[in-house]
Amino acid sequence: MLTSYPRLRAILLRVAQAVPVVVGVVVISFLLTRALPGDPAVYFAGVAADEASIEETRVAMGLDKPLPVQFVRYVGDLLQGDLGQSLSSGRPVATDLASRLPASLELTLTALILAVVIAVPLGVLAATRPGTWVDHLCRVVVTAGVSLPTFFTGILLIYIFYYLLGIAPSPLGRLDFIYLSPDHVTGFYLIDAALMGDWETWRGAAKQLVLPAATLALFTLAPIARMTRAAMLTALSSDFIRTARAAGLSRRAVLYRYALRNALLPVVTTLGMVFSFALGANVLVEKVFAWPGIGSYAVEALVVSDYAAVQGFVLAMALLFVLLNLVVDLLYTAIDPRIGFDAK
Amino acid sequence: MTDATPSDLPAQQSTLEHVIHVLRANPVTLIAFGMFAFLILSALFGPSLVPYDPLATDAANALQPPSLAHWFGTDQIGRDVFSRVIVATRLDLTISVAAVAISFVVGSILGCIAGYWGGWADIILNRFLDTIMAFPLFVLAMGIVAALGNTVENIIYATAIINMPFYARLVRAEVNIRRDAGFVRAAKLAGSSDIRVLATQIFPNALPPMMVQVSLNLGWAILNAAGLSFIGLGVSPPTAEWGIMVAEGANFIVSGEWWLAVFPGLWLMFAVFTFNLLGDGLRDIVDPRKRT
Repeated sequence: MLTSYPRLRAILLRVAQAVPVVVGVVVISFLLTRALPGDPAVYFAGVAADEASIEETRVAMGLDKPLPVQFVRYVGDLLQGDLGQSLSSGRPVATDLASRLPASLELTLTALILAVVIAVPLGVLAATRPGTWVDHLCRVVVTAGVSLPTFFTGILLIYIFYYLLGIAPSPLGRLDFIYLSPDHVTGFYLIDAALMGDWETWRGAAKQLVLPAATLALFTLAPIARMTRAAMLTALSSDFIRTARAAGLSRRAVLYRYALRNALLPVVTTLGMVFSFALGANVLVEKVFAWPGIGSYAVEALVVSDYAAVQGFVLAMALLFVLLNLVVDLLYTAIDPRIGFDAK
Repeated sequence: MTDATPSDLPAQQSTLEHVIHVLRANPVTLIAFGMFAFLILSALFGPSLVPYDPLATDAANALQPPSLAHWFGTDQIGRDVFSRVIVATRLDLTISVAAVAISFVVGSILGCIAGYWGGWADIILNRFLDTIMAFPLFVLAMGIVAALGNTVENIIYATAIINMPFYARLVRAEVNIRRDAGFVRAAKLAGSSDIRVLATQIFPNALPPMMVQVSLNLGWAILNAAGLSFIGLGVSPPTAEWGIMVAEGANFIVSGEWWLAVFPGLWLMFAVFTFNLLGDGLRDIVDPRKRT
């Protein structure tokens, strides 16, 4: 039955490919939680623990059992969404992460959209006008972008736009204290405020978001612009473009309908690497701007040696990354015009 | 490339000519080599040349803006920022060079095994590398340092682990395409063992692209290590290190004392920029086709 739906088959195949990756991620994060030097029970019981509570933690976490048994138990807990207890907040790690995830997603997705919206046209312009100022600008942005430490860019932007010019709000979280946070629907302040029709709050949230999102976007747009430029140059020098030009198609049609559509495919595949960078840089940006997302949660947990929280964060980020890659690949499968023919 | 002809003198001369040609056509690469030399010199001799002790406090001169006496100003407890920035070069370069060296060696060995013998070793290695790459790499490094313990050595190991897949994949590909090449068969017929063939005939061919990778990777490794110490991992406070200096200076940026964070940050950028330029330049020398 599936053979008659090549696109569906490609999609199912891609979803199936994610399974071993998820298994590998779970195995590695299990090993990380058990690789603590010395006795893990001591670490998970916390700094102030005595003999009895350490022993209690050991039994409660099953650390007195052999490793394979511990692993089965770990996976069982994961399937129920149990990532352990956070020592610093006293709540389940999964609850903490879930309540802070929307803040991180709002920041990361805004930055990624911003980066794509700037980088793709920049790359296209640089490829179509080699040697002009656009090309040089693209080259400078690309080289500088990958050399910029995100946390440093963030601090510079704060200095310029908050301290010197005074046009940015103070870099402390998602919303200034004069606003009430909007009712929780999606957890994305911009969407929630818009749903309530509270444009005052919307503007406040957007103001807070501009600097961190710009910091993250500056970092992520470099690889996208570089790849767009290279892919566009390859596409423009290929035979089908020559044919299209020879057939007398307009410059516009050649550029956008044929060259760009084909050049976008390699760009989409590099997005995986860009996500990896963006999610990592997200942690640093959240720390700089005191953004209450899961990145700053992990940094706070690291400072007080709250291991369950840190490992829960690492696992959550990895699963998020696998999911993002899956979504991008599925989009790719959906838009790639060649897949229908390949599968036949 | 290197596996073309082993004819010695003329070939070498043309390589040298090629290098000179590339350097002349692209003066940026020459500048990059100069910047690289500057970094190496400040790592080697910086600690004995700087005007102040990087750890000496001077409460009377705290938070002074840049002046003739203190080029980069002083920090909140009166330490000279310029001295600290220069002294930090050694630690930052050591961390990244050590990490890249470990990933180079381990990645080469794993890549050679997988690429030459293939089979199960190849499948297992690929699964393993896929799993590492399935984590956002900086986040994985955070997890590793949290798990192994908060020390500078563990920063090095964590950075090495997240860089290793790039080397292993590169070497695997380079070894794999040559394992049945004519010169490899000839060496085997002449009685060389597999390991000898691998080490003396095949692996050297992977070195040019590896050097490019090393240079691009060094910049990334520095960024990574500085990022880890920025969030409070690895290097502990009184030590001079760029990431931690930016983190400490960040508290003063909102009150306008910019020099605390800006100078270490600029130096960090300068180092990363140098390695990236160098990598691009080396790529032009090694493989002009890959220019983008």
